[in-house]
Amino acid sequence: MDLTTLTIAGLHAQLRARAVTARQVVEKHFERIQERNPKLKAYLTLSPERALAQAEAIDRRIQAGDPLPPLAGVPMAIKDVIVTRGVPSTAGSRILENYRPPYDATAVTRLEQAGAVILGKTNCDEFAMGSSTENSAYFPTCNPHDLARVPGGSSGGSAAAVADGLAVAALGSDTGGSIRQPAGFCGVAGLMGTYGRVSRYGLIAFASSLDHIGPLARTVRDVVAVLQVIAGRDPLDSTSADVSVPDYLAALDKPVKGLRLGVPKEYFGAGLDPEVRTKLEKGIERFRKLGCEVRELSLPHTDYAIACYYIIATAEASSNLARYDGVRYAFRAPGAATLEGMYQATRGRGFGAEVKRRIMLGTYALSAGYYEAYYLKAQKVRTLLYQDFVRAFSPDSGEHVDALVTPTSPTPAFKLGEKTADPLQMYLADIYTVTGDLVGVPGISVPCGKSKAGLPIGLQLFTRHFDEARLLQLAHAFEQSGGFTL
Amino acid sequence: MAAMELTREQIAAVAEAKREAYEAIIGLEVHVQLKTASKIFCACSTRFGDPPNTNVCPVCLGLPGSLPVLNREAVELAVRAALALNCRVNPSSRFARKNYFYPDLPKGYQISQFDQPLSEHGCLEIETNGTRQRVGITRLHLEEDAGKSLHEGFSDSDSKSYLDFNRCGVPLMEIVSEPDLRSPPEAYAYLIALKQVLEYIEVSDCDMEKGSLRCDANVSVRRKGDPKLGVKTEVKNLNSFRYLARALEYEINRQVAVLEQGGHIEQETRLWNLQAGRTEPMRSKEYAHDYRYFPEPDLLPLVVEAGWGERIRQKMPELPEAKRARFGRDYGLTDYDAEVLTANRALADYFEAVARAAPDPKAAANWIQSELLGALKEAGREISDSPISPEALAELLNLISNGTLSGKMAKSVFEKMLATGQSAGQVIAAEKMEQITDAGTIEKICREILAANPPQVEAYKKGKEALFGFFVGQVMKASRGQANPTLVNDTLKKLLGTQ
Repeated sequence: MDLTTLTIAGLHAQLRARAVTARQVVEKHFERIQERNPKLKAYLTLSPERALAQAEAIDRRIQAGDPLPPLAGVPMAIKDVIVTRGVPSTAGSRILENYRPPYDATAVTRLEQAGAVILGKTNCDEFAMGSSTENSAYFPTCNPHDLARVPGGSSGGSAAAVADGLAVAALGSDTGGSIRQPAGFCGVAGLMGTYGRVSRYGLIAFASSLDHIGPLARTVRDVVAVLQVIAGRDPLDSTSADVSVPDYLAALDKPVKGLRLGVPKEYFGAGLDPEVRTKLEKGIERFRKLGCEVRELSLPHTDYAIACYYIIATAEASSNLARYDGVRYAFRAPGAATLEGMYQATRGRGFGAEVKRRIMLGTYALSAGYYEAYYLKAQKVRTLLYQDFVRAFSPDSGEHVDALVTPTSPTPAFKLGEKTADPLQMYLADIYTVTGDLVGVPGISVPCGKSKAGLPIGLQLFTRHFDEARLLQLAHAFEQSGGFTL
Repeated sequence: MAAMELTREQIAAVAEAKREAYEAIIGLEVHVQLKTASKIFCACSTRFGDPPNTNVCPVCLGLPGSLPVLNREAVELAVRAALALNCRVNPSSRFARKNYFYPDLPKGYQISQFDQPLSEHGCLEIETNGTRQRVGITRLHLEEDAGKSLHEGFSDSDSKSYLDFNRCGVPLMEIVSEPDLRSPPEAYAYLIALKQVLEYIEVSDCDMEKGSLRCDANVSVRRKGDPKLGVKTEVKNLNSFRYLARALEYEINRQVAVLEQGGHIEQETRLWNLQAGRTEPMRSKEYAHDYRYFPEPDLLPLVVEAGWGERIRQKMPELPEAKRARFGRDYGLTDYDAEVLTANRALADYFEAVARAAPDPKAAANWIQSELLGALKEAGREISDSPISPEALAELLNLISNGTLSGKMAKSVFEKMLATGQSAGQVIAAEKMEQITDAGTIEKICREILAANPPQVEAYKKGKEALFGFFVGQVMKASRGQANPTLVNDTLKKLLGTQ
């Protein structure tokens, strides 16, 4: 039995039957990490002490015959932009090298309280800024399906780890597609909940109004198990929503017959890879076979999403990243004679090129005289994008749908180095995902077969705000019907 | 052209001759620390004077991943202040980030309010030289304080600066006045009136020494009658009531002198240098900020629903103005007495506690003003730590009114109360000072005195009536001042008349 390919339910069956111990499961994962990670480079830091202590605690509970918490003994990976007490949390940046936070993110606390075992921290684009994990200050991560290709980003380490059996599930973060795009590239399921569904407390901020924490796993059911634990109001995050968390698992197996799916034509235009288009068409056909009504519709402001996103995200980032000034913690460039010199040397050397590019873009967009033309205008566009979605989902509109189906990315995973010289090309890798972040609706990417070259293709679904139950139900039905391997 | 910096002497010479031809325009920006137990965005204590960096957490240190959560108490205090200053409280306001780099600002931005402040359009009445005037308040908003840079006091202070983040995240309100003030005394009166109101409603200690009240001023001058405003400067570091007027006076004179010498005023930020007694320009790099304000995405809009605002209004303590009027009405105080006794909340509360328990509020007012305040001032104490409690003073007044103590005895009891902190009853018992009002006892003493002084009695009876005072004095002396003077008078007259 391969302990590194199990689902949570399968793992729990083994634990309950006492066929294996939680400790053995964790050790098996570390063995596989030792073997595979040097090639994949999915992990930045491992936390074996913390993991084994937690596994042993779970084993004691099993020995005592106590009921198992929902994620008991589940080996998980945490994206390095999510802080973990005492375990280095670098956000993939030199400027936070060796930084050990004094507290855990709320999502991490909730996972461990639910019995999850944190194996370590996964690689990502620096401060989650990127679509390929090549912007990590440490090393790029490789796609387990083709080591010459990127795993996507910025949660590339989490996606690669889950896809390759280096963790059962992982946390990623999504600001413009950073969970869904790498999930698509690596052939796993990745969910971004509604903005406010999962606490951001302890998520190293990139763009506060867009940042989300969410799960990646190999099955929708496992995504659900993790979401169930991390979702819900957190008094430490003012933007976490006071909306009750339904029992997602209970709704999961409901039939999807009669649900209305919208296919926004703007997501199937020029630039969409023909192989991706073909697979998506098959995926949509599959939903038809499951009894869904499919109709084409328009989200007319889609074209402006990328521009809007890169103004709002960079503006917020320019402010969020101001705290890395070398004064209080982490990296400080030595030898500067003046305060300003210290700031310049610390930030100049501590940040990578893409981060500096975005700080400059954002600083410009907020500057006196440009604020109205850029930041304020982008906020107006954001409202228009929001209205596009509200209209599509609103029962009052007559033509409304229950969910939207789109490709996750225009292409399958691209080659390492292919887009690093052209930031704009890299930005366009997020073209189908950014709008979900701007609008705040929940979205999921699930596998929808592979390209001829064997590269996974992702199918993306959106539902209305706080309707994760419907989203997961559709994704699960798709998975159960064999959609993942179309 | 380089800015013209004149010497103190040059300024004084020009100003003396030309000051009268100019009018000053002053507006104040006052930062006030709110008296909450915890900081504005985290649960850390706001206590002053704790060891450096002991009241800190990931939120107020701006550690990666931490998020602010607004302290409701801070909002309540700010709304209370806004209402007391006749401001309109906006039903929805917004926090904004003010971005700038400084080592004591851990996030690289201050969470403040910008285009949608908590409240606007208020006013405050002030009085200068008997003239009442209404000063407009542009806005009152909430923000967080920064930490403190410590450049001095360490053995290696020549090469290092230290940082204390205890103050970082302490709630502040910024209260911006309209440019309605025309002279340093008016600015002073405004600041005093503002402090009085804020102390009254218990939102701040307003202690400039501890930095819980800080003041900056916008100052410009123009020739009298000129409708056009002059270029203004911002004067910072006006952190003492004592020097506020002096600093403003200097800056006005400086501007007048610069203009009179044919120069022009630079729009700049200047620091008041107390030692040098002048304002000095800050290097342009220190203030030439583009703060890049934008709405704080980590906080929801601040909504003060009508119900909440109303509850805060109902809990509003009485304001100085209303209290003055009521003291006149309820206790029959003169305007002057009411003004003195409402100068601060603690004194007003003290008076009222005495007045309620004593038989005559006017006597209470007199005793507090003529005896207590003077004695406290001499001892260097505040009314809040008076050794004589309001209850104790009321007891003393009752003893006077029911005849137990004569006025003279009461003063001596009062002195002892002040010195020992004992109640009037305790002092009287210890000193056996109770007034003698028993007619028999008094008559006995009187007879003894008359019997002991036959020549004086003889002389009195022959018409030397001035000796009457001598007998009274002797009786009072024999009774150690405790005999009721009226009774003594009556008894002596009776005895001398019948003998």
